[in-house]
Amino acid sequence: MISAADRAFLSDLCRTRAGLQIDPEKAYLVDSRLGPVARREGYATPEVFIEFLRAGADDRMAWAAVEAMALPETDFFRDRAVFHHLVDEILPELARAREGQPVRVWSTACGTGQEVHSLAMLLAETPGLAGKVELYASDLSERSLEKAQSGLYSQFEVQRGLPARMLVRHFEKRGESFALSPRIRQMVRWRRVNLLDDLARFGQFELVLCRNMLGQLAAEARVQVHARLKSALAPGGRMVLGLKDEAFDLTPVAPETGVFALAA
Amino acid sequence: MKTCLVVDDSRVIRKVSRRILEDLGFEVAEAGDGVEAMAWCTAVMPDVILLDWQMPVMDGLQFLKRLRGEPGGDRPKVVFCSVENDLDKIREALDAGADEYIMKPFDGSIVAGKLDLLGMAA
Repeated sequence: MISAADRAFLSDLCRTRAGLQIDPEKAYLVDSRLGPVARREGYATPEVFIEFLRAGADDRMAWAAVEAMALPETDFFRDRAVFHHLVDEILPELARAREGQPVRVWSTACGTGQEVHSLAMLLAETPGLAGKVELYASDLSERSLEKAQSGLYSQFEVQRGLPARMLVRHFEKRGESFALSPRIRQMVRWRRVNLLDDLARFGQFELVLCRNMLGQLAAEARVQVHARLKSALAPGGRMVLGLKDEAFDLTPVAPETGVFALAA
Repeated sequence: MKTCLVVDDSRVIRKVSRRILEDLGFEVAEAGDGVEAMAWCTAVMPDVILLDWQMPVMDGLQFLKRLRGEPGGDRPKVVFCSVENDLDKIREALDAGADEYIMKPFDGSIVAGKLDLLGMAA
């Protein structure tokens, strides 16, 4: 079991680099998430890995540790009603307002891609929105992004939230895994982004999805990230939060599906 | 209370499925093949059927096609539950009238999620 001092070091590292709130008392979480990373990087135990991190020499290793602790839990169509509301009402409204220009959608903490791929599959099945929506997705974790971009999911993963009819329509079998069709994968543009960084260079978006991530951040980081994401919202745009996320000063549009707008 | 008929020739799978479904609040009945399952459905049509594919006497696909042809046979939500994970086979099951499909091995969270997709939370 990792010592209290080492857990505190790790907690501090995660907060400093990514604003993550890691409870140092949750020793089981640290052990279970850091162990695989330590072994992958060639360290016999998490304790030896942390000792190396304390020496401060390797930035890549430090990020590997932070990304492991930020592991998102994600399914296809998590809170299913949200996706249908976006495709049936919100995106058509935004498309009309854009008058021929594409609606830009940003999935800001995309993890292994299930959220943005769910949206892509629904869009592919909605002729009225064909060619009207551009999908962008980002995450802090390089490893999560690699997996998301590959579109390769396990048998277990494609059974969580994904209707069987969509599985047969949008995937092909590849060995024991399931590969999302190239048509769907090509609908998304990917980038590694730390939401604590300056986001202005990415431009503005008509729809920003930030679901079930803000709660993982330390209080100060939560305020900072929320402010940065508001700046990334185009005039008249919408932000979609998780159903239990704090809305700060946003104006509810459809709080039952987590949809908010900037205060007037 | 909603009812679920578990149709599988494996006693172990039926036992595991029963435990999962009872935890989800279903009243559970069991059948070991398609013929037994048809007898159950003729007596009392269940709300949900968890259906294996490869079974002796009458397999899952034959049972499903027979069921959907019966009066009231379009009512139960049918979830295929099989080791068969080829997408063409899954498509075949859905085209024959299955509402959802679970690939074995499965756990309670997958069963719960599929039933939720069908609006069949107990």
